[in-house]
Amino acid sequence: MKRRVLPGLPLSLGITLVYAAIIIVLPLIALVFKAASLGPADYWRIVTSDRAVASYVVTVSCALAATLFNVVFGMALAWVLVRYRFPGRRIIDALVDLPFALPTAVAGISLTTLFAVNGWFGGPLSALGIKVAYTPLGIMIAMAFTSLPFVVRTVQPVLEELDPALEEAAQTLGGSDLSIFARVVLPLLTPALLAGVSLSFARSLGEFGAIIFIAGNQPFETEITALLAFIRLEEYDYPASAAIASVMLIAAFVMLAVTNIMQARALRYTVRN
Amino acid sequence: MTKLQSHRRPPRIGDAPVFRRTLLAVVLFFVAVIIVAPLAVIGVHAVSKGLPYFAAAIAEPDTRHAIMLTVLTALIAVPINTAFGIAAAWAITKHDFPGRRLLLILIEIPFSVSPIVAGVSYLFVYGLQGLFGPALEAADLKIMFALPGIVLASMFVTAPFVARELIPLMQAQGRDLEEAATSLGASGWRTFLTVTLPNIKWALLYGVVLCNSRVMGEFGAVSVVSGNIRGQTNTLPLHIELLYHDYDAVGAFAAASILATLAIITLVVKVVLERQGAGRRNRPASLAGNDSLSEVKP
Repeated sequence: MKRRVLPGLPLSLGITLVYAAIIIVLPLIALVFKAASLGPADYWRIVTSDRAVASYVVTVSCALAATLFNVVFGMALAWVLVRYRFPGRRIIDALVDLPFALPTAVAGISLTTLFAVNGWFGGPLSALGIKVAYTPLGIMIAMAFTSLPFVVRTVQPVLEELDPALEEAAQTLGGSDLSIFARVVLPLLTPALLAGVSLSFARSLGEFGAIIFIAGNQPFETEITALLAFIRLEEYDYPASAAIASVMLIAAFVMLAVTNIMQARALRYTVRN
Repeated sequence: MTKLQSHRRPPRIGDAPVFRRTLLAVVLFFVAVIIVAPLAVIGVHAVSKGLPYFAAAIAEPDTRHAIMLTVLTALIAVPINTAFGIAAAWAITKHDFPGRRLLLILIEIPFSVSPIVAGVSYLFVYGLQGLFGPALEAADLKIMFALPGIVLASMFVTAPFVARELIPLMQAQGRDLEEAATSLGASGWRTFLTVTLPNIKWALLYGVVLCNSRVMGEFGAVSVVSGNIRGQTNTLPLHIELLYHDYDAVGAFAAASILATLAIITLVVKVVLERQGAGRRNRPASLAGNDSLSEVKP
């Protein structure tokens, strides 16, 4: 049957395309244009300079660590919220989204204050010989904070929909809790978990506000790539800033592709259940 | 209690009391450390020198100016992004055209791009060394390091917020009602206002709240394009950074407490609107801004 055509396509599509072109596409093209104007040799020299490479290592390794933490803690949190009933559960459920709602600069100063040597947590930790603020550990905590909700919010709905009959069947077959979790529940959660992981990792790669306060920002040690792009800008070295930002843009597009693939997979599994 | 109910169902995995208590204790400990403490520390430090000092810190002229600038930015950016979100959702969900999927990905891009990259990109469009820089300079139009730049960068960062709340919902609602309305002779606008809008109002409100919250809190992109001129182009998040680096902790946390309050209001609105059918109940992780756009099949 042929569909009746609703009105308003030219106007709504026109607004959408013009706005997307001006607000989203134009700036990104300008960035690529600026980076390309460097020429291959200079571009390569800048993006593979020691300081830039060190910043990639710091950013990627901290993002991996933060994401790993989020996988374990995020899944435990989702599990507790879905499976257990306890006072304050709904408040905690609502608070899970706090890292998205709280501006990153606010998160940055509050995490730094908490984990500084004279802070609530920094004091006891430094007594144990663990320094958090102004070390890669601080970067990791800031990244873990800002990206925590991704894993929780992708795993939670799948866990809610999980059919209890599957676990019961495994139990009647004599499986232990651990083996049932590993062999029945975890495989069902994996697609959603991977989608959450890719989102969490992508967010950590691009995070700026929460990190710069707690990082210490020492070149080669605690300097993230986003900050290096910012520093080059403040030094009026615009081409270098464009080149480094373009590397982040490429990483963002790769992660966007990965995320889309992961979500398409996650969705396929959800639909099949 | 009937006999049937008293039958003990086999406990589900992870329900053994010892395991349950341990896991709950560990999770609650980390929630307290990672989520509750950062919120609490803002309040504690904001009022650490007493309420009069707190009130004075907020009433300080530069802080007041930063608040006004942030509100002004939101008053411009949020309505524009709302209009864009509605237009995009209407075009994508109520019509068929080639490239719909591509358009969805395009709208999603700002979620994936680092705010710093966004800010740097805008500099290369409107800054002196950018595409339009020389022409703007000649015409004496100042966009970078001024209000228009701050608004533009905020609009980039939050462009997908409203659209992403509306699209999955409108997709799920289909087109039947609108088709019935137009076949009865209603105009497009009338159909939208009397048929579509009532069905999407909660999701729309939710998207607007999220968009506003992010505009008011945006730091990275705005810090590149604002120039950080105290009392002129400092938005509230930038002003917090400035106070913090000036070792004015109470001032910084007093200003931060305003944005933290906004965050809590956003969370409360989220819970309330979810009960009305907006948000996560329909789509996982919508505040995360992650999913659902990819659910829409062309």
